[in-house]
Amino acid sequence: MVKRSTRLAVIGATALGLLVGFSGCEREARRFAAAPRPPDARAQAESLSQQQAGPAGPGMREAAAAGGYAEDNAYTLAQGKLYYRWFNCVGCHAQGGGGIGPALMDASWIYGKEPGDVFTTIMDGRPNGMPSFRGRLPEQQAWQLVAYVRSLSGLVSGDAATNRGDTLAGGQPEYLRDPLPPEDKKR
Amino acid sequence: MPMNDALHAAGPQAAWIGQLWWFTLWLCVAVFVALMAALAWALWRARRPAGAMPQPAPPSAGAERLARRWVSAAVLLSSLLLMGLLAASVLTDQRLATLSLDGALQIRVTAHQWWWEVEYEDPRPDRVFRTANEIVIPVGRSVVITLLADDVIHSFWVPNLHGKKDMIPGRTATIQLRADRAGTYVGRCAEYCGLQHAFMAYDVVALPADRFAAWQEHQLTPAPEPAGAAARRGHELFLTGSCMLCHAVQGTSANGRRAPDLTHFASRASIGAGQIANTSQALAQWIEDPQKLKPGVNMPAHLLPREDLAALVEYLETLR
Repeated sequence: MVKRSTRLAVIGATALGLLVGFSGCEREARRFAAAPRPPDARAQAESLSQQQAGPAGPGMREAAAAGGYAEDNAYTLAQGKLYYRWFNCVGCHAQGGGGIGPALMDASWIYGKEPGDVFTTIMDGRPNGMPSFRGRLPEQQAWQLVAYVRSLSGLVSGDAATNRGDTLAGGQPEYLRDPLPPEDKKR
Repeated sequence: MPMNDALHAAGPQAAWIGQLWWFTLWLCVAVFVALMAALAWALWRARRPAGAMPQPAPPSAGAERLARRWVSAAVLLSSLLLMGLLAASVLTDQRLATLSLDGALQIRVTAHQWWWEVEYEDPRPDRVFRTANEIVIPVGRSVVITLLADDVIHSFWVPNLHGKKDMIPGRTATIQLRADRAGTYVGRCAEYCGLQHAFMAYDVVALPADRFAAWQEHQLTPAPEPAGAAARRGHELFLTGSCMLCHAVQGTSANGRRAPDLTHFASRASIGAGQIANTSQALAQWIEDPQKLKPGVNMPAHLLPREDLAALVEYLETLR
């Protein structure tokens, strides 16, 4: 007869092991399709040309509410990193260190660090040069960019590493960097 | 209908490689037949009545010497045959390098996950143009293809025209070939490059010189101004929406280089690098949800109102 405490310990350890094991399952999931939409989405869908700069449209709330955003996912981060290069975020923010635009790898956020804030910054633009990508950038790609931008300052779990860079730029992977302290209020 | 394999050569390069292949095959067949014959002969010579125990032969200097001679002869012959194969391989390489490159057409092919960017080079910058997933070449004229890779390692392979050549990011490789027969030859990526590696195909279309020249002149023309209300609406959608962030159409402000150039898109045979035939129905499906047709592709889904989707398709169909 096994002692009750031993049996409890075994069950507890197994449960903990399973929890740890399965918590990684979502890491590599690749969500290719756009977030599921209600059946009448087509009627509500904004046309491309109407997605010009302006107040946040219904699509934005929809994508966030439908679980389209998952920053604990390697594929999301890798796609975000790809688009960061494709759509020339590098031109102003460099590889996160900033230049013409503010640095993204430090802990200071002028317009907020929450996913929704970063999404609004990308889609609607901000004063002093950040352009609006509304209507240009499909929402799914924008959310992937949000996840990558947040990962630059260590706001995203290190488990979901951006898997590779397609450029020759070296340095530590984003997820291993320590977030830099906020800069003095120069900007 | 030409077969798309290395044994139906459509040009000198594939023909040389084909010769080497046949030579290797027949040599190996001859060796195999000789070995089997020797084995059969040995078995026949040593036959004995059923149930009889083998009698060890008494040691004799003569038999020993004979066996040693046979083994030495066999080793020598095998070495010579292997040397012959080596020589044939070297000679084939030499032949491949003798293709005359006078007046060769220069093409630059860049492999992306998962499509092919094709740029026709010319000393005059206004005669450079880009297309995708379709390489049109003139019959009887040498072509020098510069091979590049944008993201991961890919490999260029048109079995009817030449062997494989790897495309490695940060490196430049070239391949020289010539098609002597007009036709359409399928090319494939021959190095695993990710999820859609198996669906990264292209066509090499060999046209007679005069038809090639006409094709080239046509490719150099910018996209026509759309006629009709629907096509004009599609044109507007293309330029004000997300399409132009990645795609280019010459003659408009769309100048993206991250996805196939669409200037003469409607004249191409397939969508998605050989994934589906280029029909208006397939195009509408592709725009609406490319992930359904080619999971993992970098083109995002676009859920458009029905009339906008139709207008966009109609505009793209005018890009002949």
